[in-house]
Amino acid sequence: MSILVIAEHDNTNIKSATLNTIAAAKDIGDDITLLIAGHNCGDLASSASQIDGVQKVLKADAPHFENMLAENLTNLIMAQAQNYSHILAPSSTFGKNIMPRVAALLDVQQISDVIAIDSKNTFKRPVYGGQAIATVESMDSIKVLTIRSTGFDAVSVEGGTATIQDIDVPAETNLSTFISREESKSERPELGSAKIVVSGGRGVGSSEDFKLIESFADKLQAAIGASRAAVDAGFVPNDYQVGQTGKIVAPDLYIAVGISGAIQHLAGMKDSKVIVAINKDEDAPIFQVADYGLVADLFDAVPEMIEKL
Amino acid sequence: MKILVPVKRVIDFNVKVRVKSDESGVELSNVKMSMNPFDEIAIEEAMRLKESGGASEVVVVVSIGSDKAQETLRTAMAIGADRGILVKTDLATDLGGVEPLTVAKTLKAIIEKEAPDLVIMGKQSIDDDSNQTGQMLAALLNWGQATFASKLEMKEGTAIVTREIDGGLETLSVQTPAIITTDLRLNEPRYASLPNIMKAKKKPLEETTFDDWGITPSSRLKVIKVSEPKKREAGIKVDSVDMLIDKLRNEAKVI
Repeated sequence: MSILVIAEHDNTNIKSATLNTIAAAKDIGDDITLLIAGHNCGDLASSASQIDGVQKVLKADAPHFENMLAENLTNLIMAQAQNYSHILAPSSTFGKNIMPRVAALLDVQQISDVIAIDSKNTFKRPVYGGQAIATVESMDSIKVLTIRSTGFDAVSVEGGTATIQDIDVPAETNLSTFISREESKSERPELGSAKIVVSGGRGVGSSEDFKLIESFADKLQAAIGASRAAVDAGFVPNDYQVGQTGKIVAPDLYIAVGISGAIQHLAGMKDSKVIVAINKDEDAPIFQVADYGLVADLFDAVPEMIEKL
Repeated sequence: MKILVPVKRVIDFNVKVRVKSDESGVELSNVKMSMNPFDEIAIEEAMRLKESGGASEVVVVVSIGSDKAQETLRTAMAIGADRGILVKTDLATDLGGVEPLTVAKTLKAIIEKEAPDLVIMGKQSIDDDSNQTGQMLAALLNWGQATFASKLEMKEGTAIVTREIDGGLETLSVQTPAIITTDLRLNEPRYASLPNIMKAKKKPLEETTFDDWGITPSSRLKVIKVSEPKKREAGIKVDSVDMLIDKLRNEAKVI
């Protein structure tokens, strides 16, 4: 087994989902190579060489990798692909954008959102928004997988002593061109990797009242999430959305405030270690998955929590 | 400009899915089926481009599925697509049958005949949730792609697309012909009016098979089983904020 992991990063820091993906790779085998494609990413490659479990780092440093355009990265990965039995990337918007392109050119059927490695060719993945789990066996010679980070505990960023090798860089494709990126600015932890997430639902009532959720999150140094109902109602932007059509999270503590618990929301948070629900409707389905349920008006309970914590 | 939109018939997004007791798949009989929600957004976006750009544009919808997928094509034509192509198959289209790679290869063959300038399609279907077909199709055609689009603007042969990425938004320009895949915020699909539903019944719908497009569907994945996700047990109800804080501090030890 030789495994290639495609690193997700911002040219300075490795994204945490890459560490979960390496953990999944370790469940397949020990011969793990990490591909870092970026621009001015030498320092990043040095620190990545210390990640636990990584044997070798391949570095491709070129201006046309700076913004991770799928067409350019695909050509780079294709030039390396035949040396590997498995090619893995995080199932983030980064991995989802690139890996199917690679799979199609290799003529293999990708397996998306892997949550468990049963063997070197058998994998588990959620389907129907997490309402069912499919176990699938791949008949392809090269396995292309995207890894859902909540399924694997991140490896340590220390302990490895990988060699770093510069690799040839294919020419730019010019099929698409990067224009701009607008990052959601926030002092809070990132929703996908936060230890605590406080989410608000339709019950919060308005974007004005959502400030209460923000103060609660700040008190706990938590990330802020929202149900699709709260996003659709315009309380918060879409990138706050936790659920089948939004982000999948599994923090140590998930606090659902004014969220009824639609199937599509549960699909995004039911793997959290501890779930707390605060809702005034005692029949809300969210209570069926909550470890601790508090039937109360959120406008009484949340300020009291903020005061007493 | 000509636009092609693939559409898929899936279990309606409001339906609670039931896993079959023999773990061979999920129950599809007597279940409400609808057009994949991301595909509705794709057809709406195609219509908006057509309406703002003049009458020369043609919107073709394609579906792969059973006879019943005709209904999905008629729905798309009621929203405004000009004609439809069905690739008829008895194979399953959710799990263990027609896989994304086969869909991408079939669409490639159709696109080589139809020669659209733009393909707009859902980022994923809500049955097998793979999120692959658009990207695969773009690779097979050697076209540019803009996935997870929340805004699309056409400008002199290029598509300016804002994409929803983790932690924010990104804007790309993509040369046409190109593949665009839709995310939720791109638009709000319209409802088809009754006169348009009637009109859609008369629009041309071409019935084809995989064979007609030179495709032999092959499954690369064997579905070993489809099982219920691990159920989470309901915990306890607490009486007060004080009790909740106490439990979180001393029992769960998470704060």
